[in-house]
Amino acid sequence: MGMLAIDIGWGSTLAIKTIVILILVPTGALILGYTFLLKVMSHMQSRLGPMDPGGFHGWFQLVGDGIKFIQKEDITPEQADKRVFAFAPAVVVISTFLVFLVIPAGPDLVVKDLDVGVFYALAVSSLSVIGVLMAGWASANKFSLLGALRAAAQLIAYELPLLLAVVGVVILAGTMSLQGIVRAQSTESIFGFDGIGFPFILTQIIGFTLFLVASQAELTQTPFDMPVAESELVAGYMVEYTGFRFLFFFIGEFGTAFAFAAIAATLFLGGWALPASWGISDGVMRFLGPGVLFAKIMLVAFLMFWVRFTYPRLREDQLQALAWKFLIPIGLANILLTAIFKVAF
Amino acid sequence: MNRPPRVSEAEQSRASTGERVSAVGASPTATSEPMMEVDPRLYRHLADAQVNVELDTGDMILNLGPQHPATHGTLRLVVRLDGERVISADPIIGYMHRGYEKLTEFRTYPQITTLINRIDWLSSFANEVPFIDAAEQLMGILAPPRAQYIRTILTELSRIATFLLFLGEMGLQVGALTPAFYGFRDREHILNLIEAATGGRFHPNFNRIGGLKDDLPWGWVNDTRTAMKTVFDACDTFEDLVAGNEIFEARTRSIGIIPAELGAAYGVSGSNLRASGVDWDLRRDGKPYLAYPEIDFRVWTHPDGDSFARYWVRLQETREAARMVLQLLDQLPSGPIMTKVPLIIKVPQGEIWVETENPLGQMGYYVFSKGATGPFRVKIRSASFSNVSILPWLLRGVFVPDVITILGSLYFILGDIDR
Repeated sequence: MGMLAIDIGWGSTLAIKTIVILILVPTGALILGYTFLLKVMSHMQSRLGPMDPGGFHGWFQLVGDGIKFIQKEDITPEQADKRVFAFAPAVVVISTFLVFLVIPAGPDLVVKDLDVGVFYALAVSSLSVIGVLMAGWASANKFSLLGALRAAAQLIAYELPLLLAVVGVVILAGTMSLQGIVRAQSTESIFGFDGIGFPFILTQIIGFTLFLVASQAELTQTPFDMPVAESELVAGYMVEYTGFRFLFFFIGEFGTAFAFAAIAATLFLGGWALPASWGISDGVMRFLGPGVLFAKIMLVAFLMFWVRFTYPRLREDQLQALAWKFLIPIGLANILLTAIFKVAF
Repeated sequence: MNRPPRVSEAEQSRASTGERVSAVGASPTATSEPMMEVDPRLYRHLADAQVNVELDTGDMILNLGPQHPATHGTLRLVVRLDGERVISADPIIGYMHRGYEKLTEFRTYPQITTLINRIDWLSSFANEVPFIDAAEQLMGILAPPRAQYIRTILTELSRIATFLLFLGEMGLQVGALTPAFYGFRDREHILNLIEAATGGRFHPNFNRIGGLKDDLPWGWVNDTRTAMKTVFDACDTFEDLVAGNEIFEARTRSIGIIPAELGAAYGVSGSNLRASGVDWDLRRDGKPYLAYPEIDFRVWTHPDGDSFARYWVRLQETREAARMVLQLLDQLPSGPIMTKVPLIIKVPQGEIWVETENPLGQMGYYVFSKGATGPFRVKIRSASFSNVSILPWLLRGVFVPDVITILGSLYFILGDIDR
């Protein structure tokens, strides 16, 4: 593996990778939570509360929230299916961890560069719906049950547009490996002009929009937040969860948002790479790559959260109609067009 | 200062011509037709039994409230659900009953204003007006013109404060968080004005029989003029951010339609009834009170009667109220704010019914006096009680999310239901 090829053994590599992922997911979740949920939202909504604690720009708010979550009593409802109830948040978080395995942040900074990376990432990200269903069923609460069923219906409906949105990129890159997609965007050129590489967003703007809309639904964020619908179902499948278990759901939600932003940045914005024509060596990109990817993640995440803070919520049947009658046909048309252009040029 | 209304043109022309949006291919129905001619949009309300041929699932009974974010306090709705579809909904009230009608029998007239401040706590000042008016009419005295004008201004300010909160909160009910904060932020300007004039942000207790406690503080008139600009801006924001949003329209258009006759039969009043196309406003059509006969204002109606219409009418009424405040400030007469009243107020024997157009609708007091320092019996007619009485009819056959939309758009205050 290049010039840093020090053989530290299979076991140590696995341990290091595990620790890195275990740290990365909560960190990503906290960064998004702090930046967007506390700061950007406060600015957009003229909220004073999150700007106050700790003095400068309310930096203490996140720490305070963390302390609050940890000191809360851990309540399990009497009629709950206790083991399922306790395990459900873990399932949600595990699915988030699994997505992170294939996201590349540098020439060889990736846990496992699978040949079917895109496919794998989208597949494991939907595992969280099992956790949501478990939580909703085991809580023995009608609001939870309604929320969980809504989540199941919604995630199934939006899995399809999500996949269709990605197919265009796969056709252009000719590979499903995320590293391969990054390389393709970095090395290809636009009609001979290779100054900025070839970020797929230029031709896949429809795919990018579809991906953002569908991932918004996967993340159960407004305008598709019916499963947690605060004003209707109080908090949906999370109603009965308190303290640390609730924090698990929070980390799962924002960690997945981080992962989806990373996937979108990788697929459409060129990922960690800078255009190959700039002539920056892989050795330098090992250190620059994570920073480049992080900047793109924040850009995509800003779009996601901007929509989240602005729009009202659709109704469940309207959401289904939007997916099946609008997004999926557009996705199919996009694939068709991309394929034609791929063959023609 | 008097800006023209910034109304979407289609909406405005429909508001003036009375043309209705024809949903599901329905022909526009004139509101004067008898109830036997059923609007096709209302067929779902006529079917009591729903046949589910695929899978026979049992009903689920869901308790919305008394602790639920959408019930503004402690309203409880027992909803029978088939999936997410409501089969029946029964509002259960009384969780906040404070016995004000009985309490008034043991208080003197000046003390009662403290109680009735807390009926509709968002527009407390407006609650005081009809009761004070009733007492004054029984005593045969009249507050001086300046006091009447200040009362009118403060009533309209409480209307603006209430509606600004509604305009934001309605966004929250359909899932948008941001408008709620804008609503609270902009209402703050109005509350500051009310506090500056009366000393109380929520419960002014400012009316006295025969006038007011104090005159306006120095500089208040100019502050109010500035604040009205904020109100116009806030209304523009809400028109763009909430009413102009496609998802908001999808969630509220033809949801919770109240036909005009049925609404009137249930005693629905105020903006809710005007949103059903009934051109009726006690400030203009009722027995003249306060300074309303001396200013001109438009009564806004909307032909649709759905949740969007109720939002839209309140949006226009907020602007109208701000224009009325500006007009009143221009015409504000000078003079005393208190007429001559005895030190111990005794209301002569008699009975009287006084009703006013409050932010939530028609509010009335039936005061029966036997000549003592306190009333013998007081009956309070509060708007929200009648407004929510239509809920069992209105909620039949809708989805759970629409329940919340309808609750939000009817806009009730729990204190105003339970008293």
